Amino acid sequence: MRIDGKGLVDRKTPIRFQFDGVGHTGFAGDTVASALLAKGQRLMARSFKYHRPRGVMTAGSEEPNALVTVGQGATQDPNLRATTLELYDGLEVRSQNAWPSLAFDAMAINDFAWPFIGAGFYYKTFMWPKSFWEKLYEPMIRKAAGLGGLGGEAVAETYEKAFAFCDVLVIGAGPAGLMAALTAARSGADVILADEDSLPGGRLNAESYSVDGVAGSDWAAAVVSELRAMPNVRVMTRTTVTGAYDQGTFGALERWPGAPQDGIPRETFWRIVARRSILAAGALERQIAFPNNDRPGIMTAGAVRAYLNRWGVAAGKRVAVFGNNDDAHRTALDLSSAGVEVVGVIDARTDAPKDLGGIPVFASATVQDTSGRLGLREVVINYGRGIKRLQVDCLAVSGGWNPTVHLTCHMNGRPTWRDDIASFVPTDGAIPGMKVAGACAGSFSTLGCLREGAAAAIEVLKELGIRPKKTDVPEAEDAPYRIEALWAVPGVGRAWLDFQNDVSVKDIKQAAKENFRSVEHMKRYTTQGMATDQGKNSNVLALAVLADATGRGIPETGTTTFRPPFAPVSIAAMGAGGQGMGFAPRRYTTSHAASVARGAPMIEAGLWYRPSYFPEEGETTWREACDREVNMVRRSVGISDVSTLGKIDIQGPDAGAFLDFVYTNTFSTLKVGRVRYGLMLREDGTVMDDGTTARLADQHFLMTTTTAAAGAVMQHLEFVHQALRPDLDVRFTSVTEQWAQFAVAGPDSRALLDGLLDAPLSDAEWPFMACGDVKVCGVTGRLFRISFSGEHANEIAVPARYGASLFDVLVNRAEEMGGGAYGMEALNVLRIEKGHLTHAEIHGTPTAFDIGFAGMISEKKDCIGKTMAARPGLVDENRAQLVGLKPVAAEQMLTAGAHIFERGAPARREYDEGYVTSVAHSPTFGHSIGLGFLKRGQTRHGETVRVVDALRNSEILAEVCAPVFLDPKGDRVRG
Amino acid sequence: MVELVAMSPCAGILPKSVGGVTLMEVDLGRMTSIAPFAGQQAAFSQIMRDAHGVDFPAPNSTAQSDATRVLWFGRGMALLVGVSPDARLAQYAALTDQTDGWAAVSITGDRIEDILARLVPVDLRSSAFAQGQTCRTLVGHMTASITRTDKDAFLILVFRSMATTLVDELHEAMEAVAARG
Repeated sequence: MRIDGKGLVDRKTPIRFQFDGVGHTGFAGDTVASALLAKGQRLMARSFKYHRPRGVMTAGSEEPNALVTVGQGATQDPNLRATTLELYDGLEVRSQNAWPSLAFDAMAINDFAWPFIGAGFYYKTFMWPKSFWEKLYEPMIRKAAGLGGLGGEAVAETYEKAFAFCDVLVIGAGPAGLMAALTAARSGADVILADEDSLPGGRLNAESYSVDGVAGSDWAAAVVSELRAMPNVRVMTRTTVTGAYDQGTFGALERWPGAPQDGIPRETFWRIVARRSILAAGALERQIAFPNNDRPGIMTAGAVRAYLNRWGVAAGKRVAVFGNNDDAHRTALDLSSAGVEVVGVIDARTDAPKDLGGIPVFASATVQDTSGRLGLREVVINYGRGIKRLQVDCLAVSGGWNPTVHLTCHMNGRPTWRDDIASFVPTDGAIPGMKVAGACAGSFSTLGCLREGAAAAIEVLKELGIRPKKTDVPEAEDAPYRIEALWAVPGVGRAWLDFQNDVSVKDIKQAAKENFRSVEHMKRYTTQGMATDQGKNSNVLALAVLADATGRGIPETGTTTFRPPFAPVSIAAMGAGGQGMGFAPRRYTTSHAASVARGAPMIEAGLWYRPSYFPEEGETTWREACDREVNMVRRSVGISDVSTLGKIDIQGPDAGAFLDFVYTNTFSTLKVGRVRYGLMLREDGTVMDDGTTARLADQHFLMTTTTAAAGAVMQHLEFVHQALRPDLDVRFTSVTEQWAQFAVAGPDSRALLDGLLDAPLSDAEWPFMACGDVKVCGVTGRLFRISFSGEHANEIAVPARYGASLFDVLVNRAEEMGGGAYGMEALNVLRIEKGHLTHAEIHGTPTAFDIGFAGMISEKKDCIGKTMAARPGLVDENRAQLVGLKPVAAEQMLTAGAHIFERGAPARREYDEGYVTSVAHSPTFGHSIGLGFLKRGQTRHGETVRVVDALRNSEILAEVCAPVFLDPKGDRVRG
Repeated sequence: MVELVAMSPCAGILPKSVGGVTLMEVDLGRMTSIAPFAGQQAAFSQIMRDAHGVDFPAPNSTAQSDATRVLWFGRGMALLVGVSPDARLAQYAALTDQTDGWAAVSITGDRIEDILARLVPVDLRSSAFAQGQTCRTLVGHMTASITRTDKDAFLILVFRSMATTLVDELHEAMEAVAARG
C-alpha cells in the first residue's frame, strides 16, 4: 500500500514490469520488492529445503528470502535479490524453487516431513547402498532443494573488468561514509565513494530523521551533488565492495541499471587500489528466533521503516512491532504518523519505555507463535499476564543491529565482541590502512556516525600527509542505543535462524548434542550461513544459540570465517574478457592470412596459431594431405613457417660463458657463422628445453627455443643471470617477433633459394650448421643451414614486415618445383622419422641420460643441472630410456599414450615398463612408427614387446628399435 | 628479381574511431633496444647525448629530442625510437633491431583513461602518469609498453603477433565506454 506524500520514488514515472507473468506497475526508484509490497504482494519465494512460503525480510543486499530470476537461457540471471533489483520497463521477474506455482508448491510436502529431515538427515540417511548416492539420491535431493538455476548456455550479455586507484576509498555512503568522503574530498584527496545502493545516503533515506535542519535524505543528496561536482571524487553507486585484499586492493562489483542494451555491460568487476580506506558499511538488523517467525509479512523493523520512508510503502495494514531495543519503537512511531494502524509494540525488555503516543507497549513480552500459511494473519504474544492474539498482516522485528564487520575479516581478522551492544565490532588494524566508522564500528546514532566519519577521514588524511580542511559536522539526533540481548524465544514450532537454508534453533541444538560444538563444524553440519546471504542475517543468532547449547559465552564460541565476496558476484563478471577467444591473446604469424586462405585448419601451439596441414582438392582426410606433404619434403621441397620458435638475442663480453653455463654443452668454442644444437637442464637435472644457437659475431649469439617453452626459457635465463651469475656481463632480449623465419626443406631447398638470393649457396661456404647474413630479394636476412626434417634444409629469416610476402614467394616457387607448404602434422611426421625430440619426449621427467644425450653434458665445465643430473637415481640403468618402436604387423598402428610390457608379462601396473610418447604413420617407410620410453631401452633394440592402450582398448606387438628411423648417419642433411 | 612487399602489423585492422576516441597504427620508424654493458653506462650516455641528444632514461621515463625518442623498456633496457643508433654505441651496449617486433598504436581522445582502465592494471590518470611517463605492464593478457605522449594520447606497444588481439580488446573497451555516454 502506497502512502501519499511519503517516499523518494518518482510518482510521475510509472514503470511496467511482470512478476510470474502478472503485470504490475511501480515507479522510478522502486525495487521489485518495494513495488510488489506496494501492491500488497507479500509472498515472493519458497524456501530452500522445506519450500515454505516466504516474503521479503529486508530492504537490502542481505535479503535471504526474496530471490528471483530474470532472463532466460543465455541471459538468465538467478538468485537476484528483489530488494536490490531495480525496476525497468519490460522487466520480467520469475520466482524460484516453486512448482507448479508460488502459491501452490508441490514440494511443500517436505514441510510436513520436517521432524525427520533436520540437520544431518542426508548424511545419516543416504549412506547405503554406496552406488545409489551418485545415481539416485544426489540428483533427487538436488532437484528438490535449491535456489535458482542457470540457463545452461554460455552467457550472452557483456560483462567487464576494470581498475581504479585513489588516495581514500570510502565504503558505504550513509552518514558516516558521506561525512568521511566530504572531509577527505574537501581536503584535496583523491576519493572513491562506493555504495551498493542506487541512491546514496544509507539509513538517511530510510529514516525520518533530520540532519542540519533538513530531511536526512535531502542532506545526503546535497552532499552527494557536491561530491559529484569535484574533480577529485568518483561517486560509485550500485557498487558493492566485495573483498579486501593485500596492499590496499579491494574487489568491487558495479551493476548497470536498466534493461540489457547492446554494448553496455551488465556488471563491472573492479579492482580498486586505495592508499587508505574507510569502512562505513553500516549495520544489518537481526531477527529474533521465535516459533514460525518466517511467514510472509514478518520483516526486520528497519526494513519496514525503509519501505515506508524511502519507497512510501506500508508493509501492512495492521502492524505489530517486536523488539528488544529502542530502535524498534521508532518503527511504530513512523508507521503511526503515516496513518498505518499499529496494534502494539511487543518489547522483550523489562524496562521498556511505556509512553509511545498512545500505541500499546507490552513490556517483558515475546511473540510465542504466528499463523497464516501464505501470509501472516495473527501473532500470539505472551506478555507476562497471559497470552494475547493480535490480528496483524505485518510484524516488524528487531533483535538489534550487527555491524557489517565482513570486510575487516577478509585478511583473517576476527571481530571483537561488545557486550553493551550485544554485537561483534571490527577489530582495530585488521586490514592495514583501514579505519572503521559509524554503525559499522558500533556507533548507532546519526550524530555519532557523522562525527566518526569526519574523524576517520582526518586520521587517514594525516597518514597520507594531506592537511585536513575543517569540515563542520552537522546537527543530528544522538539517541542512545539501548538493547537487552534476546536471541531465541522458546516454544513448540520451528524457530528459524537461517531462512536461506531452513536452519532452525532445533538444528543447532541437535548439532551441539551430536558434538559438533565448534562453530565451523556446526556450520557445515547444519548448512547454517551458506548460500547467497552467507549468514548475514543469521550467523550471530546461530552462534548465540550454539553458545547457549554448549554452555559457553558468545566470544568463546567465536564466529565462522568471513570470506569474500561480501555479496554475490556473477562468475561472468569475474571472468569478463576471458570468454571464448578472450581466454588468451592470439599470436598470428606473418603467414597466417595466407595459410587460412589455403584452407589450412589452424591449431594452437603455445599462444600461436599454426597450420595443421594444407588440404588439396580431392583430399578427404588430414592423413592424405599430411602424407603428400611429407613425401614432398622428402622428394622435392617444402615450406614451413617456423617463426614461432623462440629467438633470443644474446650479446656481451661474457655471452659465450653464459651459454656454457645454461647449456650442457660448450658454446664459447663455437665459430662465428656456425650453429650448434644445445641441451638445457633445469636445476634438478632434468631436461628443460633444446634448440639451436647460432654465433652471429664474436660477442653475439642467437638462441632458439621450442615454441611452447620460449617464455619459460627467457624466464630461466633472467633467473640465471640475475640470481646465479650476475657477474657475467651479458644482455639478452627476445627477437621472436622481429624475424619471420621459414624452413625451406628438401633436396631442392638450395635450388629454390638460389633463385632468390643475391649469391648462390655452396657447400663450401654454407655447410651443414652454417649461418650468416644474406640478401633475399634485396632484403637483408639471415640464413641458417639447419634441419628438423632430416633433409637438406635451410631456414631463412627476414624482418617480419616482409614475412607475408616472402612466404608467398617461397610457396609459389616450391609449387613450381613440385613442392609446396607443409603444416604441423607433416612437420611432426618428418621429425619422428628422423628421431628428433619435442616436448612430447622432454616432458619434464626425462634426463639427458634417458634420451641418450648423457655425452652432451660436458666434462670440462659446470652447467645448470649438472650436479643434480649425476645423482645415482637419475643415471640408473633401469630407468626408462628413449627408444623407437615399430609394429610387428606393418598394417597395425601404434598409439601415443599406450604402455609397454614385456611380451610374456600381464598388462598390469606392476609390470609396466614404459610408454609411447609420439606416433606417426610414416609414408616414407609405409608403416606406423613411434618414439617412447622403455626400461633399459637402449639395450633392448630388436626385442618384441606388448604395447597396450587401455584408454583406446587396443593392443599390438611392436619391435623396439633405435629412435632414429631415417638416415641415422645424416648423409641427407649434409648432402 | 622478385620484390618483397612490406606489411605493417596492423595493416587492414586500423584505424578505428568510437565516440570521439581514435585508435591508429603509428609508424615509429627504426626501433632499437639498447642495453648498456656492465660499467659502460657513463661512456654510453655520453655518446647518446652527443649523437642523439637524449639520455638513457630512468625507470618509467622517456626522453625526446626532435624525432628521436627513447623509452625506458625494462630492467637495464631502453628502446631507441625514430633513428638508427650511432655505430659507436655498439661498443658499450647490446643493440638489437626491434623495428618489426612490435605493433605500435596510439589511442587519442577524451576518455582514454577510462578505456585503458578496462584493460591496464596501472594508474594511468594524469596525476599519477604524466606526459612523458612510460611503463611496462599488461593490456588484458598481453605484456605491453605504454607511454603517455600527450594530455589525451597514449602510445601502446605489444608484440607484433598480438596486433589483432590488441585491436579487438581496445575496440571492445572503446565501445563499452562510449555506450554509457
